[in-house]
Amino acid sequence: MRRTIPGIDAQPATDLPVLKPYRLKQSAGLEDLQFSRWLISIPGWLWLLLCASVLLWPVVAAAATEYTMRRAFEALFRWIPFIVTGGFLFNVLISFFAMLIGTVAGVVLGLMQISPIGLIRWPAKVITQIFRNSPWLVLLFIVLLALPFEVEVGGKIIRIPDWMKAVFGLCLPIMANIAEVVRGAVNSVPSGQWEAAESLAYTRQQTLWQVILPQCFKRMIPPWMNWYAILTMATPLCSLLGVEELITLSRQAIEAENNRPELLVPFYGFALLIFFAYCYPIARVTIALERRYAVKL
Amino acid sequence: MSNNSWSPDQPIVSIKDVHKSFGDLEVLKGITFDVMKGEVICIIGPSGSGKSTLIRCINALNDINSGSITVEGLEVHDPKLDKLELRKKVGMVFQQYNLFPHKTALQNVMMAPIKVLKQDKAEVEQRARALMAQVNLQGKEDSYPGELSGGQQQRVAIARSLAMNPDVMLFDEVTAALDPETVKEVLVAIKDLAQSGMTCMLVTHEMGFAREIADHIYFTDRGVIVEHGPPSTFFTEASDPRTREFLSQIL
Repeated sequence: MRRTIPGIDAQPATDLPVLKPYRLKQSAGLEDLQFSRWLISIPGWLWLLLCASVLLWPVVAAAATEYTMRRAFEALFRWIPFIVTGGFLFNVLISFFAMLIGTVAGVVLGLMQISPIGLIRWPAKVITQIFRNSPWLVLLFIVLLALPFEVEVGGKIIRIPDWMKAVFGLCLPIMANIAEVVRGAVNSVPSGQWEAAESLAYTRQQTLWQVILPQCFKRMIPPWMNWYAILTMATPLCSLLGVEELITLSRQAIEAENNRPELLVPFYGFALLIFFAYCYPIARVTIALERRYAVKL
Repeated sequence: MSNNSWSPDQPIVSIKDVHKSFGDLEVLKGITFDVMKGEVICIIGPSGSGKSTLIRCINALNDINSGSITVEGLEVHDPKLDKLELRKKVGMVFQQYNLFPHKTALQNVMMAPIKVLKQDKAEVEQRARALMAQVNLQGKEDSYPGELSGGQQQRVAIARSLAMNPDVMLFDEVTAALDPETVKEVLVAIKDLAQSGMTCMLVTHEMGFAREIADHIYFTDRGVIVEHGPPSTFFTEASDPRTREFLSQIL
């Protein structure tokens, strides 16, 4: 039997004021764990099913042709070391550097957003909103086209590799989103903490660094990891820029195997699985940490 | 600045014709009174009468629209005022304790003298331990605020303010958020402090306590001081009808 609560999903039993159940309201910025939640909401058996279909599909599709499942998978296994070491590790490398730069820049931008000085705060807010609300692919293309492919430093010509541009392009939206995470975390600290520190003669800087930010740190970890998982999932976008990462190499491998259509599902299915294997544990840890830190305020 | 001309025989806190508005709502409509060194005063009155706002104006947590507040001759609302100088003189305890949750009780007490006043750590620690003992919290030094009861947290907050060696202590409804059984331990701590000669200004709803501890009681309503006097006469001979109505509801 469904339980109904008078005043909420049923007629109130009284016309006197009623105290309704308290709902914890999370502040903005800390609620952007949807991606991690979505990822771990996918049941494990679905992925087993997917693996199975990746394995079985060529049997069905290629039964009539002379190109068998066996040959398709032989091709995949032949290429796996190349795809993983030359490709996927590069995705990880790009995501790692983009996250590193994005985090540092994002923390600075986030702190600028809470500055009492309007001249610092407003540009920071504008920059954040621009990069948060732009398609990542568009940012990547702009960076690719706007940045020179080589720079001259003291008579020496230094080539900027494409993957570095990709790192730069991806770190922009990460920067903006981390800035929002920082701002949200700082705003989620009760104002009484500011007042208490102020009344103890702390300067604004001292309050921020010694009282407020240490309390924010834990709360920023789950959304930060959430953004790392999103970023990693976005690194295949770099293949459109010609960066030699997982998807680029998979395509090249398929071409080297005479572009047989039977190869598409094994190769891209493998790409899907390897990303999943990398991001799923991150999402699990993210949500676990989120639960652990949520109670302690 | 009249900073240097202040001497202990002048009022330590002097409030003159203070007006304060939040938008269109005028919460203080010309408050004037003086507090002498070592005096304990209580401000009482109905909710929304501007008591907390007044006390927050004294250490510049809120600004004022007109009038003047001086602490030891320092003009609190002078834009050129060194706020840090003021806050070293004035300690404040809040209704919600506002301890720093990521630090232990002892660290809470020690942080400001070390970080703000740049005092020697060993010396501060010794003093902090003595303050913890003074508020009856020996053995709780290494507990985090989350592990302490409301009354214990509030006493840590008192010790934390005292660690800055203030000349005036402000208490903003410090027992209002406490369980009835822990109110007493906090009041005892405040009473000890008052008896040691600290200048104290309390906003409180504890009438019995106000009567026992205060040298002078101010009753505020709708932004003005309606009536004031020493507790011996205030509670028995209140003349204003608003005061009498308030007291009849409370006592």
